[in-house]
Amino acid sequence: MAYKERLDKRKFDEPRKIEAKAGVIPNADGSAYFKIGNTAAYAAVYGPRNLHPKFLQDPSKGILRCHYNMMPFSSSGDRVRPGGSRRSKEISMVTEKSLLPVLDLKEYPNSVVDVFIELPETEAGSRCAGICAASMALADAGLAMKDLVAAVSVGRVDDKLVVDLDYKEESYEDGPVADIPLAMMPNHDRVTLLQMDGLISKDDLKKVLGMGKKVLKDIYEVQKKALKDKYK
Amino acid sequence: MNELREHVIKLFEADTRLDGRKLTDYRPVKLEVGITSTAEGSSRVKIGQTDVMVGIKVEVMQPYPDTPGEGSIMVGAELLPLSNPDFEPGPPSIQAVELARIVDRGIRESKCLDFKKLCIKEGEKIWMIIIDICTINDAGNLPDASALAAIAALKNMKFPEYKDDKIDYKKKTNKGLDLKDTPLSVTVIKIGDKFIVDPDYDEGKVVDARLTVASLSDGTLCALQKGGDYPLSADDVSKMVDIGIEKGKELRKLVK
Repeated sequence: MAYKERLDKRKFDEPRKIEAKAGVIPNADGSAYFKIGNTAAYAAVYGPRNLHPKFLQDPSKGILRCHYNMMPFSSSGDRVRPGGSRRSKEISMVTEKSLLPVLDLKEYPNSVVDVFIELPETEAGSRCAGICAASMALADAGLAMKDLVAAVSVGRVDDKLVVDLDYKEESYEDGPVADIPLAMMPNHDRVTLLQMDGLISKDDLKKVLGMGKKVLKDIYEVQKKALKDKYK
Repeated sequence: MNELREHVIKLFEADTRLDGRKLTDYRPVKLEVGITSTAEGSSRVKIGQTDVMVGIKVEVMQPYPDTPGEGSIMVGAELLPLSNPDFEPGPPSIQAVELARIVDRGIRESKCLDFKKLCIKEGEKIWMIIIDICTINDAGNLPDASALAAIAALKNMKFPEYKDDKIDYKKKTNKGLDLKDTPLSVTVIKIGDKFIVDPDYDEGKVVDARLTVASLSDGTLCALQKGGDYPLSADDVSKMVDIGIEKGKELRKLVK
């Protein structure tokens, strides 16, 4: 059986509805909100600030620290126990690596830039939503950046290549599924996050990365607009 | 810090505050419910720039051995590092634990929830209602914001379908919690010899003593918690309780 039409009637290369807003947390040095479908992320940036304990400091440059956390009520299944999991640790790490290439922290030796990502509501694509929010929050904090980072998941559901899988597509059972979280620097055409779960051919991977790249340009425009709207 | 305290007290003498409020005025309070689709009930409270979310999840569990015919509630509070530069990731701090327990007792001791109705099968299965508080921005007075958000989220809650020993979270029923009253907490602050409510972040730093007063709509008290380093006289307590009950009535109007 072929996947003829997406379960929520979207076009195959169409992301879910996106909302973005910059400057949502007054205490933070920079902050943003990014929502795609029913997945919502808040990001707050604190710093550059002093880094303790001292042995973590790097005298040649500042360091970036990301914390990804799902709020206890953010899953449509069981409650998420607070305190972090192996999954959230790994996502924090890949988030950090996806954002680092756009930053220049040489100006801030011995300091840290902390990025806290919190999700009140999730339904697939939460690490990508977190990265989109975090990259906007870094820009809102006024840090020197050579690009934003935009992220979305791409992949395959049965015989179709799709952009922005929702929960039902991720758990589609009538055929093979591949879920590929992807982050890029839209103006530099560089990939900063790439993971995959599932099965896909080399040719299809090439094609679907191309589809993702297009959508990421649109997401980048949404991020940019939200950052500008803060000063309207 | 001493200068701040002296300045704040001087303002109080003139019946005003750092942001121009009267001593027992709240900042603008905004309440929203149903703010996340994944929780069984949810709410968001903003008091000035303070911003708190509460979400409710339910689980089916074995009852506690001493109350085989009763369900229960559990309250957790996360002082998220995103909401305040001084909060750190990691296990709950003592402030977070106290906050959760203040909110818990305000609801539990009010008896507004009949725990017997949360029993599915005596001695075997009960509903556990889990209330999680998450701070988005801490600009002072987290206890009152959290208590208001918690009771609003409870009123917003709908049970998911429960069939063949399994919860289907995707299917929500029309059945909510049957709340007999709306307990609300007001934290009254003493600085010098003056009493205020709803301290902002700076006032919160120079508190001598605080008393969180949880009360019902008829003015009955259901929980108290004294905090701060300074003692209170019996006369202080009586004045603070009066303010707490009075202000609780104002906040109660916001909860539908």
